Amino acid sequence: MSKKAVLMQGNEACVEGAIAAGMRFYAGYPITPSTEIAEQCAVRLPQVGGKFVQMEDELASMAAVLGASVTGVKAMTATSGPGFSLKQENLGYGCLAEIPCVVVDVQRSGPSTGLPTSPAQGDYMQARWGTHGDHPVIALSPASVQETYRLIIRAFNLSEKYRTPVIFLMDEIVGHMREGVVLPGADELIINKRHISYHDGANKQCYYVPEGQYVPAMKPFGQGERYNITGLAHDVSGFPTGSNAVAGALYTRLMEKIDHNLDDIIRVEEYMLDDADTAVVCFGGTTRAVMSAIQEARAAGMKVGMFRPVTVWPFPEARLRARIHGLKRILVVEHNYGQMLLEVQRVAAERLPVEFLGRFDGTVIPPADILQKLREMEG
Amino acid sequence: MPSELIHKFMRIDHLPHIWCAGCGNGIIMRDVAVALQELIDDPEVNLNRGKVVVVSGIGCSSRAAGYMDFDSIHTTHGRAIAFATGIKIAHPELEVIVLTGDGDCSAIGGNHLIHAARRNIGLTVVTFNNDIYGMTGGQYSPTTPTGDMATTAPYGNIDRPFDIAQLAAGAGATFTARGSAYHVRETTELIRQGIMHKGFSLIDVYSVCPTYYGRKNHKGGAVEMLQWQKEHMVPAARYYAMSEEEKKGKLLVGTLTHIDFPEYTAEYAKLIERAQAKAGK
Repeated sequence: MSKKAVLMQGNEACVEGAIAAGMRFYAGYPITPSTEIAEQCAVRLPQVGGKFVQMEDELASMAAVLGASVTGVKAMTATSGPGFSLKQENLGYGCLAEIPCVVVDVQRSGPSTGLPTSPAQGDYMQARWGTHGDHPVIALSPASVQETYRLIIRAFNLSEKYRTPVIFLMDEIVGHMREGVVLPGADELIINKRHISYHDGANKQCYYVPEGQYVPAMKPFGQGERYNITGLAHDVSGFPTGSNAVAGALYTRLMEKIDHNLDDIIRVEEYMLDDADTAVVCFGGTTRAVMSAIQEARAAGMKVGMFRPVTVWPFPEARLRARIHGLKRILVVEHNYGQMLLEVQRVAAERLPVEFLGRFDGTVIPPADILQKLREMEG
Repeated sequence: MPSELIHKFMRIDHLPHIWCAGCGNGIIMRDVAVALQELIDDPEVNLNRGKVVVVSGIGCSSRAAGYMDFDSIHTTHGRAIAFATGIKIAHPELEVIVLTGDGDCSAIGGNHLIHAARRNIGLTVVTFNNDIYGMTGGQYSPTTPTGDMATTAPYGNIDRPFDIAQLAAGAGATFTARGSAYHVRETTELIRQGIMHKGFSLIDVYSVCPTYYGRKNHKGGAVEMLQWQKEHMVPAARYYAMSEEEKKGKLLVGTLTHIDFPEYTAEYAKLIERAQAKAGK
């Protein structure tokens, strides 16, 4: 397949990218502004021999995705605000039982039913802490339709590699944006396959992890292995344990499989940052307005650049820290009341002023507002 | 030959089980194992053990999945049928057995039960129905009879109970049946038929919980509770020979619904053919 230029919506790019990544099972429940993802999956998956199912609710969708994944099929669900809340318990099951899958949240204004199709980025902290208990999280957030296509593939790759649910944190701005996209040829894409090999031969313990490794490699169900998966704390054989030592070692490994691979997982876009004295930190659908404001600020002689986490969880702490010494101030711009702001403050507030520009009334932040805020900050 | 069965189909490293003395769940788990053994041994069926997946939710019943030596997944409370739906749609050749309880499948998981029944997806659901939330210490469930006592019904339960098999049948289940811990042979046969059935099957098996339900309601111990099942639950052959007068206060042990209707994953295979033919045009 060669390169192809098409006009596409963010939600459609999410589906096409996911199919290119090998997604062959989708379970979902209708909710705006993610609905087009389900609709497009209903059209496209059967064409490629995959399965789409509209489940009875959000909880069932998340459960069905995990069920499909344990049979070795790459699986995805998509939702928005209220649905993301409903998926949280089973999302935690996926973290503990180490079941790969991708959960798309096309954020909308909340809490509760909120402003159903209005833009917001209020689920940033929920993506990190939504399910109960300490757990590992990888969350990626695309800023354009083009990036949605490539990044959803990366979401599947990371999910398969680290055997953990990956949250794809879209927002209404990117989900409903329609723009020209160049679809890469299949030969340009890197597609990860799940490792299913450690316990070949003598060691049949499904959660066995060799020394120095963090990710188990159990085979899919239906291949005669006869192993057990549970949401209880378990030992390497997959069976429940009452041992605090064994449970503690499991929880530690789950966190370390992410914490010890940050360089592989974290991606950041830096724009005009090398000589900047002001960095604007943003993510997802806010990015375009920020870049536009930066271009105008530069034209006015202001030294402004952008620091955009593409991997929004884990927060790219080391990358931001490495930039602080050259900066005089940071502006965080988000469509919420200040969520990534808390992470930036944690990393940078002792060293330089961290200001915030947010909006949570369901409207978008225009570049002019960002420019004005930058001018005020420069005093 | 129970000992042979245990060595063949139970994970003996993980036994003894956690169930209380006198609990009916072990009997029902054995019934499931015997039904599977019969289908594996049957040359006309030749069920492949490696293609059997046992799915459970949360509660006393749901510990059974971990004791049974098949691919097994002990999921979240109420969601066993939803996980099983994903497994079955992704790989229709798998024989998916759901082991669940009255609370797990008809309270917190009620939505998944009725919709799986409506889709007629080829799962076999076996409920270990003990009329109580046992794992949490004896709260009333959707099958606790009206007037009975529970830790959360200290003045008597004013809820009306579900008949789970009828609930599933009402939602469109194409095979429903009722068994009991006492009626081992009949129940095993009903489970075997449920697995063989092409479509959604539910076998509601009455368990006994002397510890939390029985003691609080003065039903005696396990023996007395099984005796009640013997006296009040009647296998089909005898039940249908009874007069209406004799049937009063008696429950059928047998098949309630058995109809032919297209199975979901088989229909999905046809849908894929249609979609691909249309895309190919």
